[in-house]
Amino acid sequence: MFYIYCPHCREHREEEEFHAKGQAHIARPADPDNCTDEEWGNYVFFRKNPRGLHHELWYHSTGCRKFFNVTRDTVSYEIKEVYKIGEQPQVVAKG
Amino acid sequence: MSQKNRLQSGGRIDRSKALTFTYNGRQYKGYKGDSVASALLANGVDIVGRSFKYSRPRGIVAAGAEEPNAVLQVGATEATQVPNVRATQQELFDGLVCSATNGWPSAESDMMAAFGKVGGKMMPPGFYYKTFMFPQSMWETYEKFIRKAAGLGRAPLVNDPDEYDNMNQHCDVLVVGGGAAGLMAALTAARSGARVIIADEQDEFGGHLLSSRERIGGKPAADWAAEIVDELAKMPDVMMLPRSTVNGYHDHNFLTIHERRTDHIADKAPEGQIRQRMHRVRAHWVVLATGAHERPLVFGNNDVPGCMVAGAVSTYINRYGVVPGNKLVLMTTNDTAYQTALDWADTGREVVAVVDTRANPQGERIEAVRKRGIKVVTGSAVIDVQGKKRVSGVSVGSIDAKGEKVTGKVQHLSCDTVASSGGWSPVVHLSCHTGSRPVWNDEIIGFVPGATVQKQLTAGGINGTYALDKVLAEGVKAGKEAASRLGLTAADTQLPNVRTVREGTPMALFHIPHTKPTSRAPKQFVDYQNDVTAAGIELATREGFESIEHVKRYTAMGFGTDQGKLGNINGMAITAKVLGKTIPDTGTTVFRPNYTPISFGAIVGRNCNELFDPKRYSAMHKWHLENGAKFEDVGQWKRPWYFPKAGETMQQALDRECTATRESVGILDASTLGKIDIQGKDAREFLGRVYTNAWAKLAVGKCRYGLMCKEDGMVFDDGVTSCLGENHFVMTTTTGGAAGVLEWLELYHQTEWPELEVYFTSVTDHWATMTISGPNSRKLLSELCDDIDLDKDSFKFMDWREGTVAGVPARVFRISFTGELSYEINVQANYGMHVWEKLFEHGAKYNLTPYGTETMHILRAEKGFIIAGQDTDGSVTPIDLGMSWCVSNNKPFSYIGKRGMVREDCVRKDRKQLVGLKPKDPKAVLPEGAQAVDDPNQPIPMKMLGHVTSSYWSANLGRSIALGVIKGGHDRMGESVYYPLADGRVIEAEICSPIFLDPKGERQNV
Repeated sequence: MFYIYCPHCREHREEEEFHAKGQAHIARPADPDNCTDEEWGNYVFFRKNPRGLHHELWYHSTGCRKFFNVTRDTVSYEIKEVYKIGEQPQVVAKG
Repeated sequence: MSQKNRLQSGGRIDRSKALTFTYNGRQYKGYKGDSVASALLANGVDIVGRSFKYSRPRGIVAAGAEEPNAVLQVGATEATQVPNVRATQQELFDGLVCSATNGWPSAESDMMAAFGKVGGKMMPPGFYYKTFMFPQSMWETYEKFIRKAAGLGRAPLVNDPDEYDNMNQHCDVLVVGGGAAGLMAALTAARSGARVIIADEQDEFGGHLLSSRERIGGKPAADWAAEIVDELAKMPDVMMLPRSTVNGYHDHNFLTIHERRTDHIADKAPEGQIRQRMHRVRAHWVVLATGAHERPLVFGNNDVPGCMVAGAVSTYINRYGVVPGNKLVLMTTNDTAYQTALDWADTGREVVAVVDTRANPQGERIEAVRKRGIKVVTGSAVIDVQGKKRVSGVSVGSIDAKGEKVTGKVQHLSCDTVASSGGWSPVVHLSCHTGSRPVWNDEIIGFVPGATVQKQLTAGGINGTYALDKVLAEGVKAGKEAASRLGLTAADTQLPNVRTVREGTPMALFHIPHTKPTSRAPKQFVDYQNDVTAAGIELATREGFESIEHVKRYTAMGFGTDQGKLGNINGMAITAKVLGKTIPDTGTTVFRPNYTPISFGAIVGRNCNELFDPKRYSAMHKWHLENGAKFEDVGQWKRPWYFPKAGETMQQALDRECTATRESVGILDASTLGKIDIQGKDAREFLGRVYTNAWAKLAVGKCRYGLMCKEDGMVFDDGVTSCLGENHFVMTTTTGGAAGVLEWLELYHQTEWPELEVYFTSVTDHWATMTISGPNSRKLLSELCDDIDLDKDSFKFMDWREGTVAGVPARVFRISFTGELSYEINVQANYGMHVWEKLFEHGAKYNLTPYGTETMHILRAEKGFIIAGQDTDGSVTPIDLGMSWCVSNNKPFSYIGKRGMVREDCVRKDRKQLVGLKPKDPKAVLPEGAQAVDDPNQPIPMKMLGHVTSSYWSANLGRSIALGVIKGGHDRMGESVYYPLADGRVIEAEICSPIFLDPKGERQNV
């Protein structure tokens, strides 16, 4: 079970307080109506499943109800950093 | 029966406290301090079970968690039955009742043994895969047979009367294992000022020291341990958990500890006490001091009762004062096991011989054994054991230097006990839980923990460090390191004086050769619990299973409740040898939580019965109970389902409720609908983006129905949202969808459109909501409300008003889910019951009839109103529902779902579309979920067109009605489809409009 630092509450809390919401930084296309089906399909359905560093969206559902981002190693499950929505990760995969 | 194997003195048992216990229906005596295993051995009980596949008699092999055979069913009453209890880990108490878990009619004389003998060759590895897979229809028959034969214990048939709990703990250092290394690590960390938890699976701290005859600091090792334990116990920041197994090492240094608080006292916990507790520990640092398990050697008939692991024999003698036999033959690959011969000889019983696989062993202990006049046979091995229910003798042959062949003549030795030692395997289980793969170490002939990402240190046997002086030093080192990593000044713990024993080099040998090839030799067991033999592993590799993971699964090695603690390393070594690879090249399987079996009670703790899941009740729940409501679970809510009167069937109650509502007035408790208060200057814009229809022009005082889709264009929730003020709305959601909708709104607001100023607050529980519906609802409301103009032209359909109902401030919404004139009255929840009762006071003359969810479903289905989640399933667009009126494509912003709805797949003509269904036989009610076909006589598998989503008997229409999805259904009005049912009937139904009643909507506009 993860031990997650909420950047809004500024405390470590147990994973039970959070919901994992999948890959982070998925921007909604600015003009959906003029997307091709393929572009739209990529936005709605396709997600990365990396072995190694992964930027994830988490929700402090039974805490402050704020969303935030987590960089996590999917092999070791180590959380490398947490950062707020709108910010960019400092820890990124090489190459 | 007397305790014929009990010594007159010695050990850590209390001979003044005799205990009586029952094993397989027979009474025995033991002493306080005994384990069930030591007491059974004291009484000369040889057979503790029958083997899984071959039904061979099995005896006690080990003295700890690694015991594969003595797995018992414990419990004096039905309620207190516990399966899979290792006799070696169960402390004896007075009145304990236990029995062997397999063997029929008894472990002593087993019927299956006959089958085992004949069937031995018929049950090779992969037997179950090969034999019981086909035909699939027979599986249930096979399963019964396998389960009965396997005898894996049984669960109690009645509720467990005991209480269990969970406890959350935080500490600086968690020390796992209370042996020499663990005690030193805990002491050093604690003296440095760290908050320490030390846990050990045994009743006493000390581990191996409790059965050791070594001396520490001039004292017996156990006395030294007791002093350290005393010091730790006095320190305020140290928590000591005996009888507590650290069962799992999870992510981010989260560990679970299974503490057995009363299992050593009685069958059932004393009144007011917790039987078992799960500690959920978040530790800054973890010190694994889990020690090592001794490996038995693999040789012919090595499972005959009387074959034991050498160190276990010493433990029974030194700790429990029990000699598990009269005449011992000891086989070893190392010096350490010689101690067992010395221990045995000290009891006055005979050591027939020590058989050493090494040609020229040299070491202090060997000299000591020789000095005692004990015969040492070098360069040799026990290749076969004689005896059926107990060892009667062994065959000893000389072997070559590599231990691959028997080279010389075979001699017979008479004995009743064979102790063997193939060296030690570090207990790396917890380290494996963290995802770390163990690493082979040639020097110690075992796997040690590999690199880990956890804040984990190791000390002692787990590192393959076995010499006591070095073990103590590693404990101190780990304690200091943990302290300094925590930023504390590490205390320097003085190392006590320990004499170093001079030892020779051990031999890496696992599988003892036989004069015959392995496949023809007597069975050489690797995994006792699953009857895996060396020949079986050879066969598996011959059949092409070369990966160790495949060998494991094919042979079932390590699959038992012991997880192969005793046999796995031997099995891997044999696999490596057969494949001509090294052990590190072959690799190892890893271990998963839990280390030893854990009861469901400890996992669940207090989260059972009422506390399993929260139940939610509306403010009027008491009234519903008093008026005989039957309830339905909707999410966590208890909603009235229907209100039967005395003697009514469910259908009669529904018919009455439906008719009364349409003819006069009914009332529904709608408090459970999700309610989200939405405020902010961009609230209106936000609504326009998340609903499919338009919100820009909704005026204050007006309500509107809306559909919500996900980005894929599929409907996921619906409800009415009302405009309370220019920047203030209240949204309703489905009862079950409320939490999900709120999270979804927050997601879009926080991640996509943070620039919008809008705030969401759940107000579901703040309001009690009651819907009065039917032609007399206005008359009824007017009797309780005099400050709202209820005139049909001033308070119109889809308006809401603020006012006073029954003297209470209220919001009244004129919305309708029944198609009748309806008012939804919302009052602060505390006033709910008062208003509800006032409505009934005044409603009696109108025959005000309470109805529940079922009548609500029928009434709305008569009107073709959907229920999200029942008529939709995440694959249905608003267009599929025939609700294009609720989709606005003129909105400037591309709302959620808009782009999804025009994907190629979403505009197909043959999509499943929602339609009404009228069975040709108006009395026939279609089952929900029934599949439609065009031709009921076509061959199976039939071409399916869609399923029934909602289906009811409508008393108002005097016929059955249904909603369902049909491929291309919107263009098939008037056509027939057929529903072939499981019972052989076929129901024909006509496709029609989903609106069965009042298609013009006149009834709600009166």
